[in-house]
Amino acid sequence: MSTQDARQQATRRTLRRMLFVTVGMFGFGFAMVPFYNVFCDITGLNGKTASGPAQALEESPVDSDRTVTVEFIANLNQGMPWEFRPEVNKMEVQPGKAYTVRFYAHNNSGREVVAHAVPSVTPGLAAKHFHKTECFCFTEQKFGADEGRWMPVRFMVDPELSDKHNELTLSYTFFDTGARTAAAPKGLEAVHPSTQAN
Amino acid sequence: MTTATAHEAHDDHGPARGLSRWLFTTNHKDIGTLYLLFSLLMFFIGGAMAMAIRAELFEPGLQFVNPMFFNSLTTMHALVMIFGAVMPAFVGLANWLIPMMIGAPDMALPRMNNWSFWILPFAFTLLLSTFFMEGGAPAGGWTIYPPLVLQTGDAFPFLIFAIHLMGISSIMGAINVVVTILNMRAPGMTMMKMPLFVWTWLITAYLLIAVMPVLAGAVTMLLTDKYFGTSFFTAAGGGDPVMFQHIFWFFGHPEVYIMILPAFGIVSQIIPTFARKPLFGYSSMVYATASIAFLSFIVWAHHMFTVGMPLAGELFFMYATMLIAVPTGVKVFNWVSTMWRGSMTFETPMLFALGFVVMFTIGGFSGLMLAIAPVDFQYHDTYFVVAHFHYVLVTGAVFAIMAGAYYWLPKWTGNMYNERLGKWHFWLSTISVNVLFFPQHFLGLAGMPRRIPDYSIQFAEFNMISSIGGFAFGLSQLLFAYIVFSTIRGGAKATDKVWDNPEGLEWTLSSPPPYHSFTTAPEVK
Repeated sequence: MSTQDARQQATRRTLRRMLFVTVGMFGFGFAMVPFYNVFCDITGLNGKTASGPAQALEESPVDSDRTVTVEFIANLNQGMPWEFRPEVNKMEVQPGKAYTVRFYAHNNSGREVVAHAVPSVTPGLAAKHFHKTECFCFTEQKFGADEGRWMPVRFMVDPELSDKHNELTLSYTFFDTGARTAAAPKGLEAVHPSTQAN
Repeated sequence: MTTATAHEAHDDHGPARGLSRWLFTTNHKDIGTLYLLFSLLMFFIGGAMAMAIRAELFEPGLQFVNPMFFNSLTTMHALVMIFGAVMPAFVGLANWLIPMMIGAPDMALPRMNNWSFWILPFAFTLLLSTFFMEGGAPAGGWTIYPPLVLQTGDAFPFLIFAIHLMGISSIMGAINVVVTILNMRAPGMTMMKMPLFVWTWLITAYLLIAVMPVLAGAVTMLLTDKYFGTSFFTAAGGGDPVMFQHIFWFFGHPEVYIMILPAFGIVSQIIPTFARKPLFGYSSMVYATASIAFLSFIVWAHHMFTVGMPLAGELFFMYATMLIAVPTGVKVFNWVSTMWRGSMTFETPMLFALGFVVMFTIGGFSGLMLAIAPVDFQYHDTYFVVAHFHYVLVTGAVFAIMAGAYYWLPKWTGNMYNERLGKWHFWLSTISVNVLFFPQHFLGLAGMPRRIPDYSIQFAEFNMISSIGGFAFGLSQLLFAYIVFSTIRGGAKATDKVWDNPEGLEWTLSSPPPYHSFTTAPEVK
């Protein structure tokens, strides 16, 4: 075999390897999505709370020596002509004890809207110690034209919350999912299965 | 895929005539020229946008453009300068120089080389055409964060596909560089004998191959989020917009080294020539470059200190980022040691290289300040950041490219450039670029946010100074274009060596080098 053929073969081998890396890294970009979700589930880094009701809340003992301030924020996604606010701006809670807070939403848009509230807890690391047994965020909410209603959230801060965190903020953002549900009738889980892992 | 070796069978033909020479060329010198001229054109298009930005910011209040168009200008200025000016300039230099430096007849994959260049004009036609569209050009910043970027009008798919094309082009260019360097070196040219420009480009090419596909993935997800109902980054559907920032900066941080490592290589070629001493610490330069490339993969979140990371994350990314100062410091000290007790002369390429060393280091120091997480909360998204990355990109990358252009232009064209005009160009550029960007540090520290067309009255003086510097810098670059084109057209004949005993195989060829060089491999001692 001449040196030219040998060089050509080596060239092709390197080329194949480089193309393989390129395709692999394209896949890696997508692999970061489930990886990110799993990583955040374990660590609670992005402040996402569980998307379904928490189990066996009443079993935890109440830590009556300590109080944690929980602040409530209500947001609307861009362009939603709604009114949305919490009943109170903040509550002092004892870890281990369940509380209820109500949020009021009013659809001022003059047409029926299906919306979904996405919760977020800051600081992010506290999110996994914040549990909800009842929440309007677990399902999509349908509001008729000019309908308004109070919606309860039942929650508990578990006693394992690090004592570095004495103030939590629970924020909800309402998103108009009308357009989105038309594309994916089964709802959110069909759109993004990885959130079910919560 | 034809390799260059096949060329040897039918040598001695010159370039084809007319337009088809440039359309169908597989010659590394022609393609290098195309890349460099394209980059120069984009430099002036992106520069024109910068002039409009500085004109708007000359005084507080809204003068010339509406705020939406202003945001389009900042976004497009960045995209054009990064993907259109700096990156193609480096690929052009790689095309011209790598085969000549390693004693190869051409790039290993000449047809792919042609393709990777000719994709670019199409990519930028797509991108620049968005200025004339319903809803205007992309205005969400070059970092294309969702959900903001998803509000882009008709321009959105054009933006995404332009980025895809630029990515494909740079990946093909990078693959070509790797394949060429690994397989086409002349006998005796071992890895640790390769010129530093070749080394830095090899490492850059690996970075490109590793991260450009990740960017392609990220923009594909944006595309499907907007048009196909997925929710990668849409909170309403269970996605997370912060995840985009992670994926983007996983690309974005190596990207900034893609734009500076070849500059390190250029400067490492130039300084020894004009100090008349071999490069100090060659192998430490190679290892430092490799360390910087490695570290670039684990520091991305320093661009997002304010998203609400836990303390452990802030600390990790802060320390990892500051660690990069070590190999970078090794390089700077090596350049200084190379000059120590050298018999230095100060021709234009050396002036630009020295300007690079000093001003890139200033940019490095402000980068170190930004790396400190607690203070970054103050500096984040202010003009301090703008000042920082313009010091590393303009006085860093662009100055190095200009140094390289002056250094090798006589070799490429066979004509000497006008030294007096070159010196004028250097001093005008250096003074004006500092008038332009240095006050922006103060503006940022005082709290002026970036990407805003109007500002509070207390920022007026520094903005006016900065704009005056900007106009002067922009005008000075016309001189550069004049010098380059007049050198191409004629001038005093350059010798083969051009400079006083420069090191490297490219200087053993005639000036200009023959259309096909090193058809028989040179001996490397």
